[in-house]
Amino acid sequence: MTAVQSPFAIGCGDFRVNYTQDMAIYKNVRVRRRVIFLVILFFLFPILAPEYYVSLATMAGIASIGAIGLNILTGFTGQISLGVGAFLGVGGYASALLTTRLGIPFWFALPLSGIFTAGIGALFGIPSLRLKGLYLAMATLAAQVIIYFLFNHWDALTGGTGGLVVQRPSLAGFSLDSEMSYYYLMLVILILTALFTLNLFRSRVGRALVAVRDRDLAAEVMGIDLFKYKIIAFAVSSFFIGVSGSLMGHYTLVITPENYGTQISIEYLAMILIGGLGSVMGSIYGAAFITLLPVVLRELMTAVREVFPNLESIFIGIKEIIFGGIIIIFLIYESEGLAKMWRNLKDYIKLWPFSY
Amino acid sequence: MDYFLQLTVSGFVLGSIYALVALGFVLIYKSSDAINFAQGEFLLIGTYVALTLVSAYHIPFLAAFILTLIFSAALGLLVERVVLRPFIGEPILSMIMATLGLSSLLGGIAHVFWGTDTQVFPQVFSENPLTLGKIMVSPVYVWSLVIVFVLLGVFSLFFKYSRMGIAMRSSADDQQAALSMGISVKKVFAVTWAIAAVVSSVGGVLLANINGVNSSLASIGLKVLPVAILGGLDSIPGAIIGGFIIGVLESLAGGYIDPLVGGGVKEVLPFVVLVLILMVKPYGLFGKREIERV
Repeated sequence: MTAVQSPFAIGCGDFRVNYTQDMAIYKNVRVRRRVIFLVILFFLFPILAPEYYVSLATMAGIASIGAIGLNILTGFTGQISLGVGAFLGVGGYASALLTTRLGIPFWFALPLSGIFTAGIGALFGIPSLRLKGLYLAMATLAAQVIIYFLFNHWDALTGGTGGLVVQRPSLAGFSLDSEMSYYYLMLVILILTALFTLNLFRSRVGRALVAVRDRDLAAEVMGIDLFKYKIIAFAVSSFFIGVSGSLMGHYTLVITPENYGTQISIEYLAMILIGGLGSVMGSIYGAAFITLLPVVLRELMTAVREVFPNLESIFIGIKEIIFGGIIIIFLIYESEGLAKMWRNLKDYIKLWPFSY
Repeated sequence: MDYFLQLTVSGFVLGSIYALVALGFVLIYKSSDAINFAQGEFLLIGTYVALTLVSAYHIPFLAAFILTLIFSAALGLLVERVVLRPFIGEPILSMIMATLGLSSLLGGIAHVFWGTDTQVFPQVFSENPLTLGKIMVSPVYVWSLVIVFVLLGVFSLFFKYSRMGIAMRSSADDQQAALSMGISVKKVFAVTWAIAAVVSSVGGVLLANINGVNSSLASIGLKVLPVAILGGLDSIPGAIIGGFIIGVLESLAGGYIDPLVGGGVKEVLPFVVLVLILMVKPYGLFGKREIERV
């Protein structure tokens, strides 16, 4: 190597000569530094930002946990699920019932509700052995409708349409009432989720799941037990979705059926599609995008209220149009989502100005 | 017993509308392997257009109805060209998401233009109920049945004898073979979407005459999924029979079980049926079993 090197140039080529390098989480030292820097930035964020932005970030973060969960199932294992909304609800209701009826502390109820949701998810995953693609989408949609019906009509357990009221958790006598404290709770769980998922797909199980996605019959011929791994995918995915539902429930403090409808399932699918299928970071980008979209639209609308005063009444309609339009545009023009766009941008900058 | 018959008859009418909407659904699946989650929104928009023509522009019902059909066909063509064509041969998830996005988009458009309040369709059919033996049937029901059966008959003939119908069947059977015989598969897809939009708006107008129009009409789009799966996703007779079965079941559940548990069973029962079918016979009553090879 010569001594003269542009500070902006990155060593030509990123060669990996053995499997250990290929499997590494941080492909090189620079990436590790960048990730650590970003994480520190996220920890400093609530100190620097106004409370309103912290609450938005908390919502986006909780949604990210659910989106990572869905991505494990749909993005990495290739099993389509239209039942995320219901599973979020299962997590939320389980946690609410455990804390209010049984008096179990939140810190145990959170993983327990995840485990319970994992059980329900695995149960609805059983048909996935025989069904795939479209038919599986139907089965999960049916799960969504049936569970949603139970939320609404099993009054004794779920409180019907009125829902359940829960409390913020407390830690060693300190209640997590403030936006900032709940943000930190969310951040820690999000980081754990992301780390777990990144590592899962470096392991034997994760590789098997990806093989199932790429071609299930071929995977079976190579000795992968399809049934076992599909159930694992459903269970792990539902676990995180349940945790996300529980966190969301204790954040909004009220658990009502309308938060768990089919529309929510579609929103979560949109998150992982817009973010990037089979990408952990993509799930986070997508969740942030979809969570912030209505907020940004609302702001825009307030800005133009003077000019178009009657926009308020059709806001929901406009939101739906933009939501649907964005899904279609992403699917047509960048089906690998924001994660791919970010990668393209990085590649562009890396090669600039001598890209070919 | 009278109650039972009454429920069965109204279930039959509801079922005939399901059959009609499911027909469009199955056609799309058969010809292009796409699932159309926006079927309900086609229905909604078609119905609102008919309503606007009749009540705001005072066009006679029959003329308005025909204009609506033309509009729906155009909408179907447009949607196929702009949204669906890029997804031919794409993974199933992209297709599902594209039509889900489409349903959100169309639903939003309906919301912006027509709001969410229930609007009553102007009286088209006479109000005096017909008495058949011991049960009363409103003329709307009879007309619905007649129209649905005529349409189903017309489509059967269309598929059997017309050039386009045969082309559609052949491209559903084997796209490559159809292409090599000089059939324009693109044209087939376009016509398929147009037909799907047309049949759903017919179903929508009939339903609107029975129940009024509001945005919840679009939920029919999800209801036809159990219908199509029960009959077999790629079977047209299956869609029709499935429609009747689900319609009658739903009506009976609404009459007998709903009062016991406080409502809502009507909405969920088709999906319970859906789960059962998927467990027992995933390809439905008349569906073609897919054989996969590595």
